Amino acid sequence: MTLFEARDVSKKFAGIMALDNVSIDVNDGEIVGLVGPNGAGKTTFFNCLLGLLKPDGGTITFDGAELSRVPTHRRARIGIGRTFQRIELFSGMSVREHLLVAERARRGDGRLWKDVIGMGRPRPDELARVDAMLELLGLTAEADRPVEMLSLGRARVVELARALMIEPKLLLLDEPSSGLDHAETAEIAEKLREVNRERGTAILIVEHDMPMVRSLVSRVFVLDFGRLIASGSVDEVFDDDAVRKAYIGDNN
Amino acid sequence: MDNFFGGLTDGVAFGSVYALLAIGLVLAYKTSGVFNIAFGVQAYASGALFYVLHTKHDVNAFVAFIAAVVVMAPLLGIVLDRVLFRFLRGAPEINRLITALGLLVAIPGLVQLKFDQTQATSAKGVVPNGDTVYSWGPAHLTRDQIAIIVAMALVAIGITLLFRYSPLGLRMRAVVESPRMAELAGVNSNRISMASWMLTSFVAGLAGVLLPQITGNQVVDVYYTTLVTAAIVAAVLASLTSVPLAVAAGLGLGVVQEWLNRFLPTNSIVASNIRPGLPFISLFLVLALDPRLRRIRSASDPLAGVDPPPVAAIAATRTRNAARGTRLFWLIAGLGYLYYVMGHGNASVVDDAVRIAIYAILFCSIVVATGLGGQLPLAQATFAGIGGAVSSQLATQQGLSVIVTILIGAGVAAVIGMVMSLPALRLGGIFLTLFTFGFALAFESVFVKFGWVTGGLFPEASPRPAIGPIDFGNDHSFLVMCLVVFGVVATIVVLVRGGTTGRFLSAVRGSETAAASIGISAARARIVTFGLAAGIAGLGGGLLTSYEGHYSATNWQTFIGLFWLVIVVTIGPRTIDGALQAAFVFVLFQKRVLPVWLPWLLNHVQPFWKINALPSAVQFIFFGLGAVTYAKHPEGILEFNKRNAMGTFQRLTHRSQGGNDSTIEGPMSSHGAAAS
Ligand SMILES: Nc1ncnc2c1ncn2[C@@H]1O[C@H](COP(=O)(O)OP(=O)(O)OP(=O)(O)O)[C@@H](O)[C@H]1O
Ligand SMILES: [Mg+2]
Repeated sequence: MTLFEARDVSKKFAGIMALDNVSIDVNDGEIVGLVGPNGAGKTTFFNCLLGLLKPDGGTITFDGAELSRVPTHRRARIGIGRTFQRIELFSGMSVREHLLVAERARRGDGRLWKDVIGMGRPRPDELARVDAMLELLGLTAEADRPVEMLSLGRARVVELARALMIEPKLLLLDEPSSGLDHAETAEIAEKLREVNRERGTAILIVEHDMPMVRSLVSRVFVLDFGRLIASGSVDEVFDDDAVRKAYIGDNN
Repeated sequence: MDNFFGGLTDGVAFGSVYALLAIGLVLAYKTSGVFNIAFGVQAYASGALFYVLHTKHDVNAFVAFIAAVVVMAPLLGIVLDRVLFRFLRGAPEINRLITALGLLVAIPGLVQLKFDQTQATSAKGVVPNGDTVYSWGPAHLTRDQIAIIVAMALVAIGITLLFRYSPLGLRMRAVVESPRMAELAGVNSNRISMASWMLTSFVAGLAGVLLPQITGNQVVDVYYTTLVTAAIVAAVLASLTSVPLAVAAGLGLGVVQEWLNRFLPTNSIVASNIRPGLPFISLFLVLALDPRLRRIRSASDPLAGVDPPPVAAIAATRTRNAARGTRLFWLIAGLGYLYYVMGHGNASVVDDAVRIAIYAILFCSIVVATGLGGQLPLAQATFAGIGGAVSSQLATQQGLSVIVTILIGAGVAAVIGMVMSLPALRLGGIFLTLFTFGFALAFESVFVKFGWVTGGLFPEASPRPAIGPIDFGNDHSFLVMCLVVFGVVATIVVLVRGGTTGRFLSAVRGSETAAASIGISAARARIVTFGLAAGIAGLGGGLLTSYEGHYSATNWQTFIGLFWLVIVVTIGPRTIDGALQAAFVFVLFQKRVLPVWLPWLLNHVQPFWKINALPSAVQFIFFGLGAVTYAKHPEGILEFNKRNAMGTFQRLTHRSQGGNDSTIEGPMSSHGAAAS
């Protein structure tokens, strides 16, 4: 079953075709890679998908619904979670608070009057779910640290945990391994596999670390200068001449 | 036809002032990334100096011009850059805004220490015999008007050329976009930023000395800030980027205004109410309707990622004991004060206490909007005024119970607050601030004058509330009621802060994008906060109106609202303690500290000068300058020092118990070490 499908998505920035008729699809429970040299348009594609940018053309459907008129925060509610290439954490909040706020957002019951009558505090079941996620991603020791004190690698894990808290059907990861060492990368890959296996979460991952991509994904899409130059199974795609050419001179 | 041409020529002259100010705003935004709402008061400083030199002391116009515009104005620019804005490059927009706001409050105070603006009439202009009229057919222009038009044209052309052809202009823009990138490219961003500030301050100074000639030859701060409002419209129409568009918009606005002046029937409601409000109404409309604004987002530095992460807010490292200790201290102090007021206070002391309680409620609305919501709305005094007006009108005209009318007033303010936030939502940041500013000014210049809103110039006495047999006509019982209301409001604020709304808001404050990515709607969070904040303000407004016995517009002036914000931001915008302390300071400074306590103290510590009552300008200087420290201490100065003190205290007690002080982590311990 197709969970997510982008058709002919285009986006132009002042003269640059950042996305040129890009079509990408992800099936239920599948892990798919999106690769390409720097500036290929991968992050732009994610931003279009989430509604942070408005595509100039094309359609995006998720879970059978057309998304063009759905505001960003609703897209999260219907099951698209993401992490950011440039860390976007809530400054001033602790790791635990990040997860608590995500948990509350998942439930979507943020009525003011409930706060006023004192029903807004975290409930035991919420705290338990948060603790379970902290445990799953190995964040328990840092749970009460303000996020400003974390290293880049740990901050990426917090972003992942936050995205997972909303129980997305599709998880978009923008270079989850950048800033991480080998051991941490391997660990993250392992967690992703676990999440994918146990929760059936589909994952679309942007990544420069090719071994990690190979180890995780079943299919890849390759972007170059905003155009889709190849797609298919990992082996097919990485043997493709055009793909090799696009990557020559690339520092990854 | 006469009206047409007369309107056109006068309008172009007026519009040239708007255009000049708008160019200054655009220039400041382009070259320093600051939306300088203090631009008008910078102009005022030069205008005042020029007046003192030229009109009062008969200094030659040329010399006075050089002193005020060529020397003093750029000097002020250098000071502002060196002391403040240099450190705010790349800082969150709200920090830059608050800093500018602090200046808007402080600079007139500083100027007025030495300059009595009530005496500053019949100002002489820069050009001799400025009222000489030149005529071309039906068009007439005075020399003063020509001087303004020429000055504006020269500045517009000069700046356009600067940006188009000189490397300096290019570098100025580069430094705003990314100071780090610019430095990598070999640009000395500190020097460029100083040059930018000198240039914009020069434009401000120029506008400052030219402006009195079209505002009845007076040098009054309000005229400057009012004209800047119109200039803001022009600057916004120019998307804050285009100098030619700013000129066109400024001129257009001036001409439209003069035509309206001439063609509208002079004694209609429209003429007497809408006309003076034109700049504000147009600001309001432009911000609400201009679709291009959505695209102007505060640019963030692409290289900001290389910065070390900011030090954790001290709030995050406040220890539990410190919190408990401070709370206990304040509780005891508060109870002691109350005991004194209730048992031994004379009427004036009770009056202090009632006002403190009411202002504490009013300031809670700023805690909600700014401390929780992360927004900088400038209309809280207006919402309070709306609450007061609705409450007193319903009570006097409909004879409803005052308790009920105060609640209705709060409700009306809340609804207006939410409706207001709808168009402002898509804007956020500076535009939301400007939008509320426009609303406050429009309300003040138009609606306040309507009898059905405020009860006219001499409103009927608005009664005190009564619940059954309990009559709050007595000041002691009214105080108790206000304290109870404050308690309720404070509890609500604390619950909201710790509840879903508070969490969502702090997420949105941290990163709007990330908040959206987990399903939080920043728009909804903002509407709710705006409504809650406006409702609390309306509640306080109703109480004060009932306490004073009638609606009094002077309580709710826009400028007073700015001062509220500045004072709360200085003292502690995040907490109820902060609101309460700000209320103490607000009420007591004016009434006791400046006229009595401070002079007494100063006369005791030094025998040389006899110091009498200090002017109220001192408080504007004090807190205006206090607010500019926001960038460093967003939790408020008092809060910061309080925590430091608690940290030191804890270290001392730990040491005496032989324990080590490693329990206090983070920045607090280092500050504590510095303090001990
Ligand atoms: N907001 C923007 N305005 C203008 N151009 C942009 C904007 N965002 C991205 N671009 C441009 O669009 C192109 C694609 O950028 P994008 O960030 O999507 O690339 P990417 O594939 O994520 O690269 P990387 O691997 O470096 O993250 C680049 O040329 C970039 O400069
Ligand atoms: Mg990218």
